[in-house]
Amino acid sequence: MSEPTHLGGSRDRENVQNEFMRARAEDITLPAPEGAPEPTDDVGKPRSLWQDAWDDLRRNKLFIVGSVLVLILIVMAAFPQLFTSVDPRECVLQNSRQPPSSEAWFGYDLQGCDVYARTIYGARASILVGIFTTTAVMIIGGLIGIIAGFFGGWVDGIASRITDVFLALPLLLGSILILTAFPSTTDTPELVVIGKVVLALALLGWTQLARIMRSSVIQVKNQDYVQAARALGATSTRIIGRHVLPNSLAPVIVVAMISLGAYISAEATLSFLGIGLQPPVISWGIAVNDAATYVRTSPHMLFFPAMFLSVTVFAFIMLGDAVRDALDPKLR
Amino acid sequence: MPSSDVVLSVQDLVKHFPLTKGIVVKKQVGAVQAVDGVSFDLHRGETLGIVGESGCGKSTLAKLLMVLERPTSGHAALHGDDLYAAKGGALRRLRRQIQIVFQDPYSSLNPRMTVGDIIGEPFDIHPEVAPKGDRVSRVKELLDVVGLNPEHINRYPHQFSGGQRQRIGIARGLALKPSVIICDEPVSALDVSVQAQVINLLGDLQDEFDLSYIFIAHDLSVVRHISDRVGVMYLGKIVELGNEEQIYERPTHPYTKALLSAVPVPDPEGREDRNRIVLTGDPPSPVNPPPGCRFHTRCWRATDTCSQQEPELVIRPGIDHASACHYAEVDSAAPST
Amino acid sequence: MTVTDITVGPGEGGSRDEPLLVVDDLQVEFRTREGVARAVNGVSYTVDAGETLAVLGESGCGKSVTAQAIMGILDTPPGFVTGGSVRLDGVDILHLPEKQRRTYRGEAIAMIFQDALSALNPVYTVGRQIAEMFKVHRGMSQKDGLVKAVELMDLVRIPAAKERVNDYPHQFSGGMRQRIMIAMSIALEPQVLIADEPTTALDVTVQAQVMELLADLQDELNMALILITHDLGVVADVADRIAVMYAGRIVEQAPVADVYHRPAHPYTKGLLQSIPRVDAKGSELYAIKGLPPTLTRVPPGCSFNPRCAYAQDSCREGGAPPLERISDTRAVACYFHEEVLGAQQ
Repeated sequence: MSEPTHLGGSRDRENVQNEFMRARAEDITLPAPEGAPEPTDDVGKPRSLWQDAWDDLRRNKLFIVGSVLVLILIVMAAFPQLFTSVDPRECVLQNSRQPPSSEAWFGYDLQGCDVYARTIYGARASILVGIFTTTAVMIIGGLIGIIAGFFGGWVDGIASRITDVFLALPLLLGSILILTAFPSTTDTPELVVIGKVVLALALLGWTQLARIMRSSVIQVKNQDYVQAARALGATSTRIIGRHVLPNSLAPVIVVAMISLGAYISAEATLSFLGIGLQPPVISWGIAVNDAATYVRTSPHMLFFPAMFLSVTVFAFIMLGDAVRDALDPKLR
Repeated sequence: MPSSDVVLSVQDLVKHFPLTKGIVVKKQVGAVQAVDGVSFDLHRGETLGIVGESGCGKSTLAKLLMVLERPTSGHAALHGDDLYAAKGGALRRLRRQIQIVFQDPYSSLNPRMTVGDIIGEPFDIHPEVAPKGDRVSRVKELLDVVGLNPEHINRYPHQFSGGQRQRIGIARGLALKPSVIICDEPVSALDVSVQAQVINLLGDLQDEFDLSYIFIAHDLSVVRHISDRVGVMYLGKIVELGNEEQIYERPTHPYTKALLSAVPVPDPEGREDRNRIVLTGDPPSPVNPPPGCRFHTRCWRATDTCSQQEPELVIRPGIDHASACHYAEVDSAAPST
Repeated sequence: MTVTDITVGPGEGGSRDEPLLVVDDLQVEFRTREGVARAVNGVSYTVDAGETLAVLGESGCGKSVTAQAIMGILDTPPGFVTGGSVRLDGVDILHLPEKQRRTYRGEAIAMIFQDALSALNPVYTVGRQIAEMFKVHRGMSQKDGLVKAVELMDLVRIPAAKERVNDYPHQFSGGMRQRIMIAMSIALEPQVLIADEPTTALDVTVQAQVMELLADLQDELNMALILITHDLGVVADVADRIAVMYAGRIVEQAPVADVYHRPAHPYTKGLLQSIPRVDAKGSELYAIKGLPPTLTRVPPGCSFNPRCAYAQDSCREGGAPPLERISDTRAVACYFHEEVLGAQQ
């Protein structure tokens, strides 16, 4: 490009402001006394872009609230015993549908199980599904996106067409098909059940991240520093690993975090439909399913799991929003 | 001082970018003739300035010389080795001899790498150049050579100003001790007072390390200052080639004359009398270059011959340097508007 | 010393007792996380009808911010006008309510920018965008507006204007787009035109065409032209007077010949010595050492002092040196301007 970096029009103003804010490095030390060497410019302590983003995040209320919530939820998923001493599987039919009381803060569900305990224990399934699905989606989608974006040409052609095919499959319908094809019984171990749901969601959800990664990579690929690496004789592996990937990650991370909430929602929906997680796995979706028909008579059975579900999804979305603001270079 | 050894020899370099239609099955419908037959020699210690306006192909030429693009046809030889025949390890070794400094100080450095890593990357890619223990001291040395504080080796690019980043880019270019450095508009994006610093730096480095430069720019004053020889490019071809004095004092090609007369001189004295050649119209598109001489559609000297016969870049009778114009002559009065 | 004492150069003084546009002690600050940046720190200049004032400086000196404050298009926040006034034909437009301010914009005072591609709306034809000026300000119909648009496109020398009036911005070259932007800005025959780096993104041959066009239009319409740029060549060609800015202040104001041949401020002098010339080949360029200061942390005393070859202790103490009149037509902000003037080669 043979044009200067200043841009005009409305970006004029942006750039004018950036001129002031950009130059952390342009401090001038006062001239040294006679005979001393030229004053050196002080550029401040080393501070990477990630550190800058972290500084921004720490001050963002959305981030603080969201991350506190998420932390609580993760602890809840890992150590539910910290929150309740009641065994969620110890169900006494006599207590069926009892409203909240001092013994059971959230009341009892249809089977006579403590709703509070089941809600706490249900966090694990949701969090696990959310985290595993997001990880799987990032790996699959990320890989395909990088390959498509970096190599271009016919490789991109094929990868993008595959992406289009999967994109066309509706998430819920596809998951239903996959999960009904491989049903679980009450004997199936918990992790396998969760694994199947993760697989179904990941198989249908990777396309979003693939496309984001692809466009991010295409943008980064044309930057001068990538050309400089090629000019030095760097291999494609090095270029992708050191230059393209770290600089393409930001939008991917943001979308992944926001999607995490969406995957938890999706799991709940599948469980509500009876094909996601199955008893004896404890999940909010299952609880909502069981409680749905009794919503008018015993609303507490529905209310608490549903509330926890909403708060969890909300917390991840808040986190994702905060991270997006912190990583957005235009807002710097 | 430039010697007579040729370090880089370029012959009839051509790069056409195909224009295609269709999604699955692509059909070529034309080509952008970005570079269309460029030849020159670069001598050791010399600075060859390549000057031209946007669309003339100078950026594509830079990419071709760096083997970041492969030519449609033509040859280039670096110290006698064919640049485009080399592959794999041989190409990698050849790359050590020719490096590049980019225009934009903000996109030429990886924002997520420290300055030390950026300048040290050449050593990672070519481990035979520097033993592992030596690398940090070499990087610090390079920082010092370009006028930066070696203690800043762990800072990130965004913590530096534009001029300083450009110096970092130059340090990276020097790391492998190349013999040729392609400078692609290295000072165009810098402030005036910083430009002078970087231009001086490039000059000093050339003397210290016996470098040869190809200095690509659109700013004629900067090119004059730093170059020994100058080539003027228009629509993918070199239309005039000579040493700095010949080109600037005795231009013979109408485009060169127009270009020189358009440059505003920073001196208000006599500005009313200044004879400015103002070219009509826009430069034609490199997809459909005019037949014959590419400049004839905007040239006040053009005749029928010009639209039929393409003039070669040769030394013409009565002129001491190469010019691609049928009517090349020094000091023909051009109409001013 | 009032700013109006720096009299206009060649040109009409006219019936008014002060020039057409008077910027008086303008102050603009930017409130950022890193601190308050005094982007414009007491800037005063004037332009009269038919005159060209060049505001010369490098990036970050505040020249564009000043222009945006004059036009009233400053991004607030983070920019805030904290002092001064801008008088157009006697009226302080800086402190007018926005509704009234809008009537001035385009009609009395217009601005063109560096990158015409991003200043023009890509989804409307150029004819429509030019016609809009007449629709909004003069109440003309679309049809009449388009007729005027063709007239204007002819005026700015766009070939085949009648055919091209329905083309979109991206169908024009950079130089042509710049002319279209000029056409839009002079549509209502403003009294003042501010050109912010109008040719920086253009090739030199196109630059010559556009600058010539601007000069011709200025003559025809008797406009005051404020040319904001860092290009010393362009300034030498068209300016009558120059105001040199550094770190938010004007450091020198003088007629063009004086600035180039007898600079009085070390920064001006340094700039002139650091540019390569197309008409002569020099050896080493003089380079002003150091970098422009961060505007959140300007050095005490004179903001140029760390880079100045003439700096003494008095330059580092107290406030910045005031812009002092040294003749009828010149002012400079340097305690040692006599040394600078004396040491001419």
